[in-house]
Amino acid sequence: MQTSNKVLPSQRVKASRGKIHIIKERCKQCNLCISFCPKQVLRRSDDINEKGYHIPEAIEEPEKDKICMACGFCEVVCPDFAIWIEERIDK
Amino acid sequence: MNTQTTAESEQHPIEKWLRSERMPHMWCAGCGVGPTLYAWIRAPDRVGIPREKVVYVSGIGCCGRGSGYLNVDGFHTTHGRAIPFAIGLKLARPELCVSVISGDGDLFSIGGNHFIHACRRNVDLLVICTNNFIYGMTGGQLAPTTLLGDRATTAPYGNVEPSFSTPHLADAAGAVYVARWTSIHLRRLEKSIAEALQMKGFRYIEVLSPCPVNYGRRNKLPEPDDIAEWFRQSSVIRNGANTSEISIEKGKPLILGDFVKRTGKPTFYEVMKELEGRVKPR
Repeated sequence: MQTSNKVLPSQRVKASRGKIHIIKERCKQCNLCISFCPKQVLRRSDDINEKGYHIPEAIEEPEKDKICMACGFCEVVCPDFAIWIEERIDK
Repeated sequence: MNTQTTAESEQHPIEKWLRSERMPHMWCAGCGVGPTLYAWIRAPDRVGIPREKVVYVSGIGCCGRGSGYLNVDGFHTTHGRAIPFAIGLKLARPELCVSVISGDGDLFSIGGNHFIHACRRNVDLLVICTNNFIYGMTGGQLAPTTLLGDRATTAPYGNVEPSFSTPHLADAAGAVYVARWTSIHLRRLEKSIAEALQMKGFRYIEVLSPCPVNYGRRNKLPEPDDIAEWFRQSSVIRNGANTSEISIEKGKPLILGDFVKRTGKPTFYEVMKELEGRVKPR
């Protein structure tokens, strides 16, 4: 059996990108979203919520590989239902 | 950039399942109950069971509070009596999809007998146990699932009692579906719950769950990340493994997977219906 080495055509197939939403007042700073992000998109911010926890934020100027690709694992692993990803197709 | 705090028009995908006015909940940072509930919430949508048909019965403990946070029919029972309540509910309203989500202390210490007899009778229930190896809510006392050598409030020199292997117990008592996952194997857990929701009979899923505050702090795993890292590094997925060989021991791999799938065993309701047809009134 022969396998093709062709990569997917970038004009037709678009990689999905995610928009990160955070419900600020629910976060308890457990750090799981930050440590489980496969692209290391998130980091702990200096911003605090009303209980004094540092909420996560997306890295301001992402490097080439550090772009949210909407895998949604931060959404499922968050114990506080505080983060979710809206998937969108980028150009 | 692409971070954004909540806009009022947009909602968390499971917001309709939550009682939003009671959020944020009381579970500690890094608790495994939240992800387990998330996986359970997503599973009925996956197999097309409407929210009105889903019932969540909880016992006492950290998990017990879940029935108050979710916007589904539910009941917060007394200690250990989640399964008896759920059996009554299922026999009276057989069209409902009844799930019991409770902790290891509730299901296996005070509710241990209810658990094994529900397995034996093959009552049509889905039981999910979030096993955090300790009594979390009451302050970290020794539970029947605490691992050998672990420290707890009531075992300051280390636990000397062997722990329950709960999938083995469920298998031996006759459950039709037995699985074990952790609270970081969430895609597989969701798939497993969805599969279990479509089956008939007593289905049992154990979810190993971190308790960083009352278990981790006393056992050199103080941060939520530490326990998650332990689960991630030492878990081995072995579907169909023999349940007598999967007990959890410190320093050995955690064996996860779907262990038991039995078919053709009549449920308690079917047996009672058959009896009702056979016995004639005098």
